[in-house]
Amino acid sequence: MSSTVSQPTDDIHPEGAQLQSEQRLSAPRPPAGGRTISLAALIKDAAIAALIAGVLGFFFLAIRTDIAPGGLEVTTRWSLWFASIAVVFAGRLAISLFFRGGKAEEAAGAALSRIIVPGLGTWLGRLLFAFAVILPFFFMYFFPARDRQFIDIAILIMTYIMLGWGLNIVVGLAGLLDLGYVAFYAVGAYSFALLSTHFEYIGFWIALPLAGLLAALWGVILGFPVLRLRGDYLAIVTLAFGEIVRVVLLNWYDFTGGPDGVSRIPKPTLFGLEFSRGEGSFSDFFGLEYDTTQRFVFLYYIIFVLAILTNLITMRLRKMPIGRAWEALREDEIACRSLGINTVTTKLTAFATGAMFGGFAGSFFATRQGFISPESFTFLESAIILAIVVLGGLGSQIGIVIASVVMIGGIELLRNLDFLQAVFGDGFDPTQYRMLIFGLAMVLIMVWKPRGLVSSREPSAVYKQKKSISADMVAQGEGH
Amino acid sequence: MIGDNKTAAPAALQHSWDQDAVLSVEHLTMRFGGLLAVNDLSFNVGRGDITALIGPNGAGKTTVFNCVTGFYKPTEGRIVMRHGDKVSDKLIEDATDSGEQFRVEGSSGVFLLERMQDFQISHRAKVARTFQNIRLFAGMTVLENLLVAQHNPLMLASNYTLGGLIGLPGYRHAREKSIEKSVYWMEQVGLIDRADDPAGDLPYGAQRRLEIARAMCTGPHLLCLDEPAAGLNPRESSELNTLLQFIRKEHGTSILLIEHDMGVVMEISDHIVVLDYGEKISDGDAAFVRNDPRVIAAYLGVEDEEEVEAALEDDANGDAASTGAGLKSNDEAGGAK
Repeated sequence: MSSTVSQPTDDIHPEGAQLQSEQRLSAPRPPAGGRTISLAALIKDAAIAALIAGVLGFFFLAIRTDIAPGGLEVTTRWSLWFASIAVVFAGRLAISLFFRGGKAEEAAGAALSRIIVPGLGTWLGRLLFAFAVILPFFFMYFFPARDRQFIDIAILIMTYIMLGWGLNIVVGLAGLLDLGYVAFYAVGAYSFALLSTHFEYIGFWIALPLAGLLAALWGVILGFPVLRLRGDYLAIVTLAFGEIVRVVLLNWYDFTGGPDGVSRIPKPTLFGLEFSRGEGSFSDFFGLEYDTTQRFVFLYYIIFVLAILTNLITMRLRKMPIGRAWEALREDEIACRSLGINTVTTKLTAFATGAMFGGFAGSFFATRQGFISPESFTFLESAIILAIVVLGGLGSQIGIVIASVVMIGGIELLRNLDFLQAVFGDGFDPTQYRMLIFGLAMVLIMVWKPRGLVSSREPSAVYKQKKSISADMVAQGEGH
Repeated sequence: MIGDNKTAAPAALQHSWDQDAVLSVEHLTMRFGGLLAVNDLSFNVGRGDITALIGPNGAGKTTVFNCVTGFYKPTEGRIVMRHGDKVSDKLIEDATDSGEQFRVEGSSGVFLLERMQDFQISHRAKVARTFQNIRLFAGMTVLENLLVAQHNPLMLASNYTLGGLIGLPGYRHAREKSIEKSVYWMEQVGLIDRADDPAGDLPYGAQRRLEIARAMCTGPHLLCLDEPAAGLNPRESSELNTLLQFIRKEHGTSILLIEHDMGVVMEISDHIVVLDYGEKISDGDAAFVRNDPRVIAAYLGVEDEEEVEAALEDDANGDAASTGAGLKSNDEAGGAK
């Protein structure tokens, strides 16, 4: 047989070398031994630094003496003292984690990723969910004076979580960069606003699915021209689409009211019960005392249920053929086509599904505000939603929750950072610097975790053992 | 020698691949602007055969592949894929004349690949392919890669997502089946232990095997492999041979492969088509092709051009373009040597 000549036996050299390297590759990754201890050691180290700072700073920061009539007056500044301890602790930890370089960083990185990643989807998710369920009552109980404000912020954050989850389908799963997502938010908001103001019998609950459908339709309309586009071109066209929708809303005065917007958008009702004073209202029906907080709580639960629905459907879709096709599309479009996947319909369904959730969120936004105008749907909104998705980690549901809380909550929180005045002096107005601080925080997060807070990917199907896939394996799709 | 049974039957006027072809490439021409990549190429791929497409670099092999799998639209020519044992020529002509992309009558079907889109060729005509530079879904696990390949049956079972979304039992059943099928193929290519590892983490040889397994998960009638042995060590290429022969024997899948590794080609191919400069220079079994002076000239170059010319003249009417008569006489010449 002639072919035996070209089939060398096993003892030829190069093969041996290749075999070895192959065995190295196929061998299970060795566990990063002893590195969990180093994170504990780092925390201990930071705690010691914080303790020293606390002891040293006690007399300088916590206690202040002023000359007062009849001697010295002692005033305590506990918040400043605690803040300094916290700053030292966090700073020390950050320095040893990220700026020492070499082994410390590596060890900390390995330890951190091992601690954060596997549990994150389960225990943190459950914890956040449980907290989100009781959130309004938590605020009503602990902050009775400011509960309305806090619940309002929670509603805002929840809206962005939902938008983030919606956009995540397009950007995170299907890998199609969409800079015009706010267009669907606007379509949803205007659908509900116009339907409800033109037809009296259409309330929030009827308009909600209609708004979702209309937004999905516009998702398909956007999808068609961008089917063949890749990378930067895709980003530019989607950006233009978002602007076109806004400009049309602004200039089509007869239909949309132009810059005047649409006002007197009805509030949602609970099975026909209105959240207002008087006969036939929610408080009247249940014999409660009327309180405006009730309406906020109700709104919170509406957006909470909508957001959870978005999440559940997305998680389910991910495990279904269409969701897997989206992810495969992000990984390699040509391979998808060679496997018989119709990439046109797959892309369009991704755009439509993402747009539909944007539409739901939009009609919620309209009912919550009671008034909408094109000003609410600028490019900045798209950018914030995209930033949430990117910051959270493309494709990660829990990452988006964290990113929304950090970004939206952070912007709001920075309004009340009065304690910073104690650090920088009374002339310091934290509200003036909040966007600066916020931008800095975003840059730092991206330097620290370039692929987002939760960058690893959870497989959609498991044979024996579930292993998360590190971000460097996962493709980012078009336009990144 | 391999394929002796075929050369030893001089009475057969036609080769088995011409009598029962699963794929017929007819007068295929592909132009890229002024470049003629493939020129009037015709060949058949026999049902259940392993057919190799070989030729020097730049001969147009991958272009032929891309035309067959729909990634390129051929400038001219017809590419016919047949399903079922006996497909009458009338059915093919009827389908061609009607302007349809494909026609299925009972158990037999005709698919005119030059009219179909790439994903339909995989989905309907059941032609699967692999790529020269491996194209796996690197960030997805081995299992997920194989599940993506079963997209179309799963979509159908999930009633285009709607039924699956509300949890109809039909989809759950189909899902279990698809995992069983994936497990079967992971076992066949020896990747069952790495089922939950990302495909990008696998060593090179395993990635090649996974790509073949993924293509097989689409349930193809014809499997097109673009240099499956490239970058494999000798042990891996002999494993590949075993795998390909297993696929052909157990699943009845016909295989068309591009390969530079002559060890692989000569050992497993039933039929070899040789291309050079976009034209077919030889077509026959391994023994015939190996001794064809034109193949030798194309691969090794010749010191004296006239030497080849003389050899060609010996071949009587050795016209490379006309397959029928040319082949027969070539065969005789090959046998004489």
